This record gives sequence, C-alpha cells and structure tokens, in this order.
Amino acid sequence: MQEIWQALGQAVDLIVSLDTEVIQISLRSLYISGCSILIAALFCVPIGGLIHFHDFSGKRVVINIIQTFYSLPTVVVGLLVFLFISRSGPMGGLELMFTPTAVVIGQVILIMPVLTGMMINALSGVDRAIRDTALSSGASNTQAMWAILFEARFAVVGALILGFGRAISEVGAAMMLGGNIRGYTRILTTAISLETQRGDIVLSLALGIILISIAMVVSITMNILLQRY
Amino acid sequence: MAVLKTVDLEQRIGAAVLLNKVSLSVEKGEIFAVIGPTGAGKTTLLRLINLLDRPTAGDIYFDGQKITDPSCDVVKVRRRMAMVFQKPAVFNNKVYENVAYPLKVRGTHGKTERSDVYQLLETIGLGGYARRKARTLSGGEAQRVALARAVVTKPDLLLLDEPTANLDPVNVKMIEGLVMQFNRERGLTVIMSTHDMQQAHRVAGRIGVLMNGRLVQVGSPDDIFYSPDNARIAGFVGMRNLFRGYIVRNEAGIAVVNIDGRDIQAVSDLPAESSVEIHIRPEDVVLAMTASAGSARNSLRCTIRSLSSNGPLCTVIVDCGFPLEVLVTDRSAIEMGLSQGQEVYASFKASAVRALPSMQR
Repeated sequence: MQEIWQALGQAVDLIVSLDTEVIQISLRSLYISGCSILIAALFCVPIGGLIHFHDFSGKRVVINIIQTFYSLPTVVVGLLVFLFISRSGPMGGLELMFTPTAVVIGQVILIMPVLTGMMINALSGVDRAIRDTALSSGASNTQAMWAILFEARFAVVGALILGFGRAISEVGAAMMLGGNIRGYTRILTTAISLETQRGDIVLSLALGIILISIAMVVSITMNILLQRY
Repeated sequence: MAVLKTVDLEQRIGAAVLLNKVSLSVEKGEIFAVIGPTGAGKTTLLRLINLLDRPTAGDIYFDGQKITDPSCDVVKVRRRMAMVFQKPAVFNNKVYENVAYPLKVRGTHGKTERSDVYQLLETIGLGGYARRKARTLSGGEAQRVALARAVVTKPDLLLLDEPTANLDPVNVKMIEGLVMQFNRERGLTVIMSTHDMQQAHRVAGRIGVLMNGRLVQVGSPDDIFYSPDNARIAGFVGMRNLFRGYIVRNEAGIAVVNIDGRDIQAVSDLPAESSVEIHIRPEDVVLAMTASAGSARNSLRCTIRSLSSNGPLCTVIVDCGFPLEVLVTDRSAIEMGLSQGQEVYASFKASAVRALPSMQR
C-alpha cells in the first residue's frame, strides 16, 4: 500500500518536474499509439463500412473471424511481424527491426480486428430509417453513408478510444519489435516492464499512473469534442 | 397533368406479391390518399415511387419522365420529391440541422434558405427549437420536423407514409393541418398513405383503396365511403350493418332482399336471385314506438338488445331477425325511454340500403 502512495507522489513529481526522460517516453508512447490508431482507422473505417453496407454470402463468418482476432495475443503479433521484418525475413531489406515504425506496424495489426469489428457494430446500431431518410432527402449514396457514419459517431469514437487503449497498453509487440531502446523505442509499457525487473517498483507504478492519465485525457478530450456536435 | 403515374407496377419478394399491377395517376396539386389495411402494400408503393426500392415489373412516370428507366439519375429524381416515414426519423443532431439537411446535400444552403428554415420552424410550431437536440423531441414534434425537412426544398411531390400512425390526436390534427396548408399555399402535390379512413376523408381529394397489393378502387372520398365497390372495401372503410342476402324479386329498381328470412326493400338494379351484400348506415335508421307511416319503405319490428352511449350519440343494437346497429342521439334515447328488451320499430328508406354484388358466388 505504501508503495502506491509513494508511486503517486513520484508520478506527480515526475510530471511536475518535467523529468525529461519520462516526458519523452510518454510523448513517444502517445505518438506511436496515435500513429497506430490513425493508420488503423484509415483502413478499418472503410473496411467496416464495406462489410456493413454490402450483403454477401459468408458475411456472418467474416464477422466471426474478425471477432476471433479480438483475442490476438500481442506477442503473437510481435512474432509474426518479426518474421517479416527481421533481417532474414521477406521485408528484412527495409531495416525496420527495432524502430518505432516496427512498433507501429505491430500495433496496427493488433488493433485492426477490434477496430473493424467495433465499426461494424457501430454502423449496425444505426436505425435503417436514417439511411432511408437521408436518401429520400436527396442524399447521394456517399452522402447517405456519411450521414450514417455521423449518426454512429459516438460508437465510432468509442471504437477509436478502445483501439487506442489496446495500442498504448500493449507491451509484447513493442518489446519484440522495438527492443526497448532507450531514447528511441522505449515507451511507457516497455519502461514499466524494465523498471519492474530492475526492482524499481515505485517508478514502474508512477509510469503506470502516467499511462492511465494519458488514456483518461484522450478519452475525455474526445468526448468533449463529440459533445459539440 | 399527371405529376405521377404508375403503370402495372409490381413488386415481388420471393413468392410473395406485395404489389400487383398497380396503375394510378396523381394530378398536380391534389392530395391523393392511399388507404388500405396493414400489409396491403402502401409502404411498398411509396418506397417504389421514391425510388428507394426497385419494382420487379411495371413503370413509374414522374412529370412525364420514366423514372424506372435504368439510365435515370435516381438522385436527381429524388431531389424533386420528399418523403415522410411512418416512424418519425430524425438525425441525432440539432433541429435546425435536421430541417436544413436536404439543402446541405444539394449544396444550396445559402442565406435565403437559412431564413426559410427558421420560417418553416415557426410554421410547424417549433420556432424556438432550432438549437434543440432533435432526439429530445416528442414523437409528434419529431414528425413535424420530418415534415418540415420534406418540404424545405419545395418538392414537386410529397410522399407521406402513414405520417400520423403513432401520434396523439393533437399532433395528428397539426400534421393534417400542415399538409393541407402546404398543399393549398404551395400547390404541393401529396400522396399520403393511411389506414385511417376518417383521415383520408378529411384530407384527401381522391382516394385509392389498396388491398392485398391490388388497387381495388379509386375515387372521391364520398365514392369510396358511400359507394364502395365491394363488401370487402365497405367492411374496411368502417361500414357497419353489413349483411349477406339474396334478391327475391326486383320491381322497377326496388329490390326485395331476403336477409336471414326477413325481407327488406332496397334501391338496386341487380336482378332477382342475385347474391348481395347489404349495407345500411346506422345513422339512416330511425327508431320509433310505432310502425312508420312515413316515406320509409322499411319498418321492421324488433327488440333492443343493447344500448351504449358514447357521448352525444348512442349506439343501439336491435334484433330484427338480424342484428342491426342504429345510431340515435343520446338525448332522444333518453326521451324515448329506450331500454334493453323493449320492442320498437326500426325504419329506413329503400334508398338508404345499399346492395353490393356479393363476392361469394
């Protein structure tokens, strides 16, 4: 119990004193996971829409497969990407191993199933009447899709926050692909892992509190932005 | 000129026939009501006209243009129409944004249109609601917003799919009033579906009766209500006192009809031996203590089975060999001292009896 209070104090200390290394690690975490969610969204929002708006045989099966991959273990993603980008892998020539880019690739793959699945859920939650209303109001098909997406905005943002949360909190892929290189690929989760092994429980906890705080700020900001519309 | 025409319009889903060779023509500036029971195909018809669905056969002409043609620009056609759905649907957005949506998708959301929207919100009685979230509106308010959204672009044709089906009487009246107002002031052509006969009678200039996917009768409200083409329509438009009988003889247009062994006289051209459906409007029957000596050709001795008062009027069911429903004013029921089991005479003119050829053959 003592340690938690100490950790809280230290976390506040680290933030208030603008500890250079902690700030860098936090910003890097935010940056890498931010990139991951943006790139994943770029793929998943259209893919989710494509699956939702089209009826095809095997649709249910596709959705089931996507949902299965919600439980994709982070280390498995790390391993798969590792096989591709390691020096002897098919993309070895790009020399991506142990770079922030490698971590982003891993995180994108990790969160794509969740994001796609949640997108489909979000769009399914919109009443069919909205599409009819948009179309009969003179909207083109594209405009009607935007209307539906807009209608689902709370659920869509929820999906993005969930995806971001999964990205910023994962450690397996970041460790295997980034290598936890100080000042380059070290992010909050890998730092926590390292500090715990080193025995600095208080610092680990402090970093954990910072991570949670970031997640909280992101979620609150998104929701405030959403309330305006 | 006909704004809208359908020719042999047909819609099937698998083996089910939702619309069966529906041909109708709607004139510019009129309010045309499509009435029919639930499942008759009213929504299907309106959705086809709005090009939300494609018919399996048949054509639709809008302003002379064949809009069922595959080469037709669907969005362009839809932008000249508007539709209000049965379930009030509003976008999860501000009221203003809802009404302005059709203008925005057309890219014509300028200053004049902006004031048009505010004007329209005043007209529908939601003047101060522009910044309100549309989702917080009541069903009736939401439906008024939907109506405003439909007319904001001044369409050539307004389609209303049971717009008041789920609303309270006050909102029903408001919506009806608004539809008639838009029709009058803007010459807006309206096609409205409803299962409420009274509403069709109140609002529409012409009515089409849709039953089991077929357009079975088109005419003025009076045609439909007082001269329905067959017993099924008569039953549907809320006619009471429908009986089955046969014509015993016909002398110069006055037919003697036997109903359950009792003879009554009716004005009819149908020949003897015809099976007929008989309809007698409850308000055309007069109850008296003695046999009528007036002009009424029918005066039947009967027993009062039940009396039920519903405000100013009283529904009396009498047994004259067949159960006859009679509508009298509450006051006269009291003055006459009508009571259950009492013997009275039910009188009605031969012209008040409508004989329709029976569909049962």
